[in-house]
Amino acid sequence: MARAVSPVRRTVTTVAAWFIGFIIFFPILWMALTSFKTELEAFSTPPKFLFFDWTLENFGIVQERSNYLKFAGNSIILSLGSTLVGLLFAVPAAWAMAFSPGRRTKDLLMWMLSTKMMPPVGALIPIYLIFKDFGLLDSRGGLITVLFLLNLPIIVWMLFTYFKEIPGEILEASRMDGATLWREIVYVLTPMAVPGIASTLLLNVILAWNEAFWTLNLTTTEAAPLTAFIASYSSPEGLFWAKLSAASTMAVAPILVLGWFSQRQLVRGLTFGAVK
Amino acid sequence: MATRHTRALAYTAVTPSVVVLFIWMIVPLGLTLYFSVLNYNLLDPGNESYIGFLNYEYFLTDPAFTAALVNTLKLVGGVLVITVVGGTLLALLLDQPIFGQGIVRLMVIAPFFVMPTVSALIWKNLLMHPVSGLFAWLAHSVGLEPIDWFTEAPLVAICLIVAWQWLPFAALILLTALQSLDQEQKEAAEMDGTPAISFFFYIVLPHIARAITVVILIETIFLLNVFAEIRVTTGGGDATTNIPFMVYAQALLQFDVGGASAGGIVAVILANIVAFFLVRMIGRNLEA
Amino acid sequence: MSGKIILRGVNKSFGDVTIIPSVDLEIDDGEFVVFVGPSGCGKSTLLRLIAGLEDVTSGRIEIDGVDVSDVPPAKRGLSMVFQSYALYPHMSVRGNIGFGLKMAGENKDVIRQKVEKAAATLNLANYLDRKPRQLSGGQRQRVAIGRAIVREPKAFLFDEPLSNLDAALRVQMRLEIAQLHESLATTMIYVTHDQVEAMTLADKIVVLNAGNIEQAGSPLDLYHHPVNLFVAGFIGSPKMNFLATDVRATGPDGVTVALPGGRDIRVPVAAGVLQPGAKVTLGVRPEHLKTSRQGELTGTVIVAERLGGETYLYIRPAEGPLFVVQADGNDSTRVHDRIAVGVDPETCHLFDADGRSLARLRRHPLAGALQASQQAS
Repeated sequence: MARAVSPVRRTVTTVAAWFIGFIIFFPILWMALTSFKTELEAFSTPPKFLFFDWTLENFGIVQERSNYLKFAGNSIILSLGSTLVGLLFAVPAAWAMAFSPGRRTKDLLMWMLSTKMMPPVGALIPIYLIFKDFGLLDSRGGLITVLFLLNLPIIVWMLFTYFKEIPGEILEASRMDGATLWREIVYVLTPMAVPGIASTLLLNVILAWNEAFWTLNLTTTEAAPLTAFIASYSSPEGLFWAKLSAASTMAVAPILVLGWFSQRQLVRGLTFGAVK
Repeated sequence: MATRHTRALAYTAVTPSVVVLFIWMIVPLGLTLYFSVLNYNLLDPGNESYIGFLNYEYFLTDPAFTAALVNTLKLVGGVLVITVVGGTLLALLLDQPIFGQGIVRLMVIAPFFVMPTVSALIWKNLLMHPVSGLFAWLAHSVGLEPIDWFTEAPLVAICLIVAWQWLPFAALILLTALQSLDQEQKEAAEMDGTPAISFFFYIVLPHIARAITVVILIETIFLLNVFAEIRVTTGGGDATTNIPFMVYAQALLQFDVGGASAGGIVAVILANIVAFFLVRMIGRNLEA
Repeated sequence: MSGKIILRGVNKSFGDVTIIPSVDLEIDDGEFVVFVGPSGCGKSTLLRLIAGLEDVTSGRIEIDGVDVSDVPPAKRGLSMVFQSYALYPHMSVRGNIGFGLKMAGENKDVIRQKVEKAAATLNLANYLDRKPRQLSGGQRQRVAIGRAIVREPKAFLFDEPLSNLDAALRVQMRLEIAQLHESLATTMIYVTHDQVEAMTLADKIVVLNAGNIEQAGSPLDLYHHPVNLFVAGFIGSPKMNFLATDVRATGPDGVTVALPGGRDIRVPVAAGVLQPGAKVTLGVRPEHLKTSRQGELTGTVIVAERLGGETYLYIRPAEGPLFVVQADGNDSTRVHDRIAVGVDPETCHLFDADGRSLARLRRHPLAGALQASQQAS
């Protein structure tokens, strides 16, 4: 900014922005606070904001009674697993599209992205039946496969945009230096693309962690991740708000932290490059 | 940069991804099409028979279908309006010089990263509960009767929940676009004495028009398929069932594979129609 | 092992667009060849075709007697220095220089030895463990050269290596590259748009225009005997002065043309099929014009550029275009002065209506004998 903004204006906008930001964030804050209350206090009116009996009991109960860690473990396995498999397929593909483009590369990329536009219900029945017949229902492998296929287009797309930023001349230099294609990818491309690969990993782990269609419909107990676990609170018995809050806070906290670091990746990954 | 050698290897490098995605596209869709012309119910297996377009007829003439279609459009439309307008306003606000802008951004962006089941249940219980929810308490404190959201206006409630989740996305995208507005354009407008409203409509809006169309396009794709929030709050019901939920219910609750498949195909066609019109309507704004 | 490179009928097209119609060229082992020409003339493309970074659409490239059309760049035995240096940002200087040897499977001690030797030659010994981002432009350039040298290639390819350096550094690096060629005696193919680099470094200059070789020959050959207007205008700075005129008479001692201001001049070139009255272009370099009382060309000085060592006078004659004269640094002519300039016919060039030069009756002693392969098509 060339000139300083009037302090009055700055204060007004700051207050307005903080106020609105707080309101938007409030449900999450409220959820976190509720997780430290007893069930009675959680349900009581008028609601207590800060001055209540803080307790950690809910976190323990959630783990004891419903084995929270198992579901968390599943979330980790499913999101990490599907993203890693995705990277395995996507790195060579994105390399090919970024550095050896053909006439139809752009079309291919668009087609890949378009596969994400298919409504999941269009595939629900066959996938469900196939999984049923092959014993893949409620299996981690099955879910990893589905999540991998769901996110593959985005992983390829994001890697493609990151690879395109690497100067082609450096890869050419490695070719002149005698590197075969494989060595070019391993010794030169990958080390240079590490930040891009990390960003892609980050965003897609988040997307897979939050996926709530296939994870709800294809799992029951063994492979159910946190999305399904929380869903089980939709028809509970008795007082459950504090426990729900505790479980939710734990389910959401790691992703919130990761998400805060991946804002730019979000824009890059989900707008398909149309917005810079 | 591409030579014969690299191109041959490039081919091999791309093939696994293409094959895998192709199968993921074709196989389920093909099977759904196949099932949609059968009389196939999981409760009565082995008795499938070909019935042509009967499933489609039943599905499309079912009054629940029209209701679901309307709900779908209301939901998508409502969320779009809230997120685009709200997102633009938010973006304009965040573009101003503020103290602690980083923290405000973090607060605003958080809802997008909360999983749908958590959002839905937190809103339904902690906030919207007509007796002990926070909104009820707020209403009482200003002397109003609290709204029993999920009885009186369930679709509105779901719309709010989904909009809350997507507002950060719209705001972030639009903020990014806003920040790419040339500083010098702003200064030139100032020197010309342009009033703020005109500045917004004649300079800012055209600049972010493309970002807005991207937001609309991408949100629509995801909003047509809202599922978890519905399942976890109302479990369906006439007022809140949308097309995806209707198909799901028919498939996994009524076990009518044939009927649900027809519904699935209808959903796919619907999505394609919407995508087609959307892209055409705003096609000029997008890069091909 | 020889660095002899032969190009036959090399054509490069992208679909309907032809970048290089057809190139025939022979480069001898140990020769320093410079590809020079304006932007977009195809010089970098030609280099990349030789390197193997692009495929030829048709034609052959032979390196050391072997047809390399199907050989990938890694196996052609060439090294390339890129305009942007293209150093590996995540590796140290040591890693960058040694990468090629590592790819070739050399043993670690041999690599260390060779890298240190190359680094010493290039004054990089103290920087071996630094990363490229910690180096200056000139140092990065040296690392790029070191990386190329250490593999002991059959030929070096340079793609506008000095373009990103500032003027002073450019002169210094030019010197170093010339000395490098002296000591290694390996074939070097060098691409530049700067004709000064071309003139100072080359054994042979290849002037390219829109994908065609206009002329290939030694620097002085091109300077004294340009085959057409393009080459004549490209080589030499400031540019050669061109004057449209017509033939007055032809004879065994040369062709007589009219000069503005009424006088004639007889240029010692072969008339060929030219008849009196034919339109020709007279060319004479600024450094060959001398201020003189009895000079044939007159005009008013409109700009005087004083560089100290020499002075460039821009003169507007009564009719015709501006021309430039290189005068001595101590010349006292001022702007707005009327001035007369003398023309020595020995230094003039004549070009016919198609832009082709008329052959001189006597070749310049330093230009070397005319070779059949140096004539433009």
